[in-house]
Amino acid sequence: MLTQVSTVAKRPRTGRWLAAAAGLTMSLAATLPAKAADTIKVGILHSLSGTMAISETTLKDMMLMLIDEQNKKGGLLGKKLEPVVVDPASNWPLFAEKARELISKDHVAVVFGCWTSVSRKSVLPVFKELNSILFYPVQFEGEESERNVFYTGAAPNQQAIPAVDYLMSKDGGAVKRWVLEGTDYVYPRTTNKILEAYLKSKGVKDDDILINYTPFGFSDWQTEVSKIKTFGSAGKKTAVVSTINGDANVPFYKELGNQGIKATDIPVVAFSVGEEELAGLDTKPLVGHLAAWNYFESIKTPANAAFIKRWHAFIKNDKRTTNDPMEAHYIGFNMWVKAVEKVGSTDPNKVIAALPGIKVPNLTGGVSEMLPNHYITKPVYIGEVRGDGQFNVVWKTKGLVPGDEWSDYLPGSRDLKADWVTLKCGNYNTVTKKCGGQGS
Amino acid sequence: MRILSAVSFAVLLSLTVLAGSLAASSAASAQGAGLEQGLQKFTTDDFSDTSEGIGAVAASGNPRAADILGALQDGRLMFDAASKTVFIKTAAGAVVNAATGRPAMLPDSADNVRLNNRLRGALDAVMGTLTLLSPDPAKRLDAAQAVFKSRDPKTLPALGTALAREKNSRIRRVLQEARAAAILSSDGADDAAKVAAIAMIRDRGDQDSLALLQSLPKDSPANVREAASAAVARIGRSLEMWSLLQNAWYGLSLGSVLLLAAIGLAITFGVMGVINMAHGEMVMLGAYVTFVVQQVIRAYDPSLFGYSLIVAIPLAFVVTGAAGVLIERSIIRFLYGRPLETLLATWGLSLILQQLVRTIFGPTNKDVGNPSWMSGAFDLGGMTITYNRLWIIVFAMIVFVALLAMLRFIRLGLEMRAVTQNRAMAAAMGIRTARIDALTFGLGSGIAGIAGVALSQIDNVSPNLGQGYIIDSFLVVVFGGVGNLWGTLVGALTLGVANKFLEPFAGAVLGKIAILVFIILFIQKRPRGMFALKGRAVEA
Repeated sequence: MLTQVSTVAKRPRTGRWLAAAAGLTMSLAATLPAKAADTIKVGILHSLSGTMAISETTLKDMMLMLIDEQNKKGGLLGKKLEPVVVDPASNWPLFAEKARELISKDHVAVVFGCWTSVSRKSVLPVFKELNSILFYPVQFEGEESERNVFYTGAAPNQQAIPAVDYLMSKDGGAVKRWVLEGTDYVYPRTTNKILEAYLKSKGVKDDDILINYTPFGFSDWQTEVSKIKTFGSAGKKTAVVSTINGDANVPFYKELGNQGIKATDIPVVAFSVGEEELAGLDTKPLVGHLAAWNYFESIKTPANAAFIKRWHAFIKNDKRTTNDPMEAHYIGFNMWVKAVEKVGSTDPNKVIAALPGIKVPNLTGGVSEMLPNHYITKPVYIGEVRGDGQFNVVWKTKGLVPGDEWSDYLPGSRDLKADWVTLKCGNYNTVTKKCGGQGS
Repeated sequence: MRILSAVSFAVLLSLTVLAGSLAASSAASAQGAGLEQGLQKFTTDDFSDTSEGIGAVAASGNPRAADILGALQDGRLMFDAASKTVFIKTAAGAVVNAATGRPAMLPDSADNVRLNNRLRGALDAVMGTLTLLSPDPAKRLDAAQAVFKSRDPKTLPALGTALAREKNSRIRRVLQEARAAAILSSDGADDAAKVAAIAMIRDRGDQDSLALLQSLPKDSPANVREAASAAVARIGRSLEMWSLLQNAWYGLSLGSVLLLAAIGLAITFGVMGVINMAHGEMVMLGAYVTFVVQQVIRAYDPSLFGYSLIVAIPLAFVVTGAAGVLIERSIIRFLYGRPLETLLATWGLSLILQQLVRTIFGPTNKDVGNPSWMSGAFDLGGMTITYNRLWIIVFAMIVFVALLAMLRFIRLGLEMRAVTQNRAMAAAMGIRTARIDALTFGLGSGIAGIAGVALSQIDNVSPNLGQGYIIDSFLVVVFGGVGNLWGTLVGALTLGVANKFLEPFAGAVLGKIAILVFIILFIQKRPRGMFALKGRAVEA
């Protein structure tokens, strides 16, 4: 046990020495070593072209704004922050290459990036090998905890499960029948597996759950929507839980509107539809459909109002919306700044050790904390689509919900636990008392 | 004037009926008090209070109730928590005090009274009851439908009044169905009435009726239960038949979308033999032309919005056609006879075009609106037909026929066919083949552009729009037979219908895979597609 821990701690150190040595030779080779020392570099790894550009470009802009603001406040440790933006072009292997470039060529102190789970999985080995830090801002399926990654997006228990709880409540319509509709890839499949297990644990029968997958970028929703309509006519209140990703949402909602399915008949609660996605849509027919997030632009707090104002000023466009992953980056960036200030260094090992326990205010009036499992605490809000493309909060959790890395509802992951502070392990099996039992 | 007084009498009557004997005997002051109490509930910003408020306002019998609840339904009801006052924003933008109806100033701290789905459902039902006697038949029909959905036994007296006055047979029918639904969910009604109500609902025969009949409580008397299950079985059977037709319709609709996307390619790839990977981007450009046209119309004269697509079609054709000619002259003409290089060059071109659009318009989806004649649906028997799909089918057929006619009857068409069939001979006859090549490529691109106008109505307008269609387009052209427009038509419709009949059983993902496997096998057997060109042209 002990030896295991020490190898985990030791391995990155050699990597660091290697990296430092490589860096030294490189900076000697370069004729401008002085400039590099004056700034702390922050890597931004978001797709600026290709399919994911639609979502990720905004996050790049958000990071530029946060870095700009920090510099106006006097930088960090007396140095200016310098953003290094790369474009992995929605190409998963390229994510790994660009991450390597950021860490070993540009010597960034930290990287903020990725959107899809597959891009995160693709950069994981790079961050482990070169011992750097990644902040991942998007809601995802959980079932992972790595020493080098900090997850500021929602785990399933911070989004999917509270949403289902709301729909089962009286205000949510006391839903008895469920359609789990998703795009066919890892996030919806895992989330739906967790939800199916959760629903069954609440006494929902097999007949009352319909699980359906469609390909990426699906646009002909006629059959799917009429299937939902038929499933919903069995005399029990029905709801759709949608993990439909990205572009496929717009035609889906258009078809719902056209076939006359109103939110009062069959509400749809979505986990991937935010203000940004609704911007390309006439929302009048969608009023009342739901989304579950940890942040909504319409939440009225002084911090949020100021944030939106700064964002509009930075992007020079009053119509640009803010959304949940942007808040996640805001929280993540502030946590990293605070941790660096605390240890007085950007050394990854020190920062990684300092991050758990760091608390920063979020934009909705609470204080989020980085947990030992590298997830954070977040409030959960259920919002209803309004006619103007924003959301009305109709329900929220009592306090902040701590992120649960290994779902309690899946066999195999139920017994696992991540703790990087005391156990120094991302998948500690509480039954066999061993680290690295059953992995992802 | 007489109509007006009759109407106000009618509204008053419905209110009094709703509120029961209490409201009927009460004086105006009591009505005001009930309304005031209800309105107070709206100022706490709490869903259960708002729910009580809706009930209190509806029951107050006050003539202002319909206005207030209508405003709440449209999101025009505002409250000010500090002064505990409720305001109505009228549709014209003026603000009036909800209780008095007098003009008022809206305080800065005022906020919308919020609703959730539960309240929205309850509100629809209450509003339905209040507007059952509206002078506008469309409103009465909506009201009757809302009451049908509410299944609230408390609406029975109001339904009775409305039925006694209703002359329109269609609305009468819905009112009777609404009454049947209310009877079924009331405890007091006797079994005979319930069985009669079940027959009524059964004849309605849609999914709502199925839902209603299946939700009958398990402890109902035996004869009611039997009647219900017989009715459920009968509705189920008829819906199943309709669902076959519905699938065929969906298939036709998907086929028409495929046809639109592929028909331009049938020209550039099918007729000219150019493997044009940038074809999807031409579709995308057409969609962006639609977006720009709509932006201009929104800025200058929103009343013309309904015509935006009609303006966009020729514009998209011209813009993408010109882009096509430009591409042919600057790139493709150097690559004739070198398919691999053409493929790579046009693939690169497609990436350039995507990024160009992304730089100019931004990476986010653009909001291309549906004109009112393109949105909504109507029921045909047990089928739901959405207008946007209907018009796209019609549009695809018009484009197909126009293209066919053009190739057959116009000089340019004749020259195009001549150049494809025998280039050397055509040149010897004095046809400028290089010019014809450019125009043919321009025509194919232009048609892709107008397909983009249609696709902007059903898909995202984003730089990635074209990518989603390029593979399908090639499938259709290859399957139908390269160089044959009829092949493209039959290919598109076959793939569409086959896909939609597979989807309910196999799911969308597996359905698509199955189609792909089928096409691969088919191409093994008939490498030249369904409608292969025969004779000497094949060798050319």
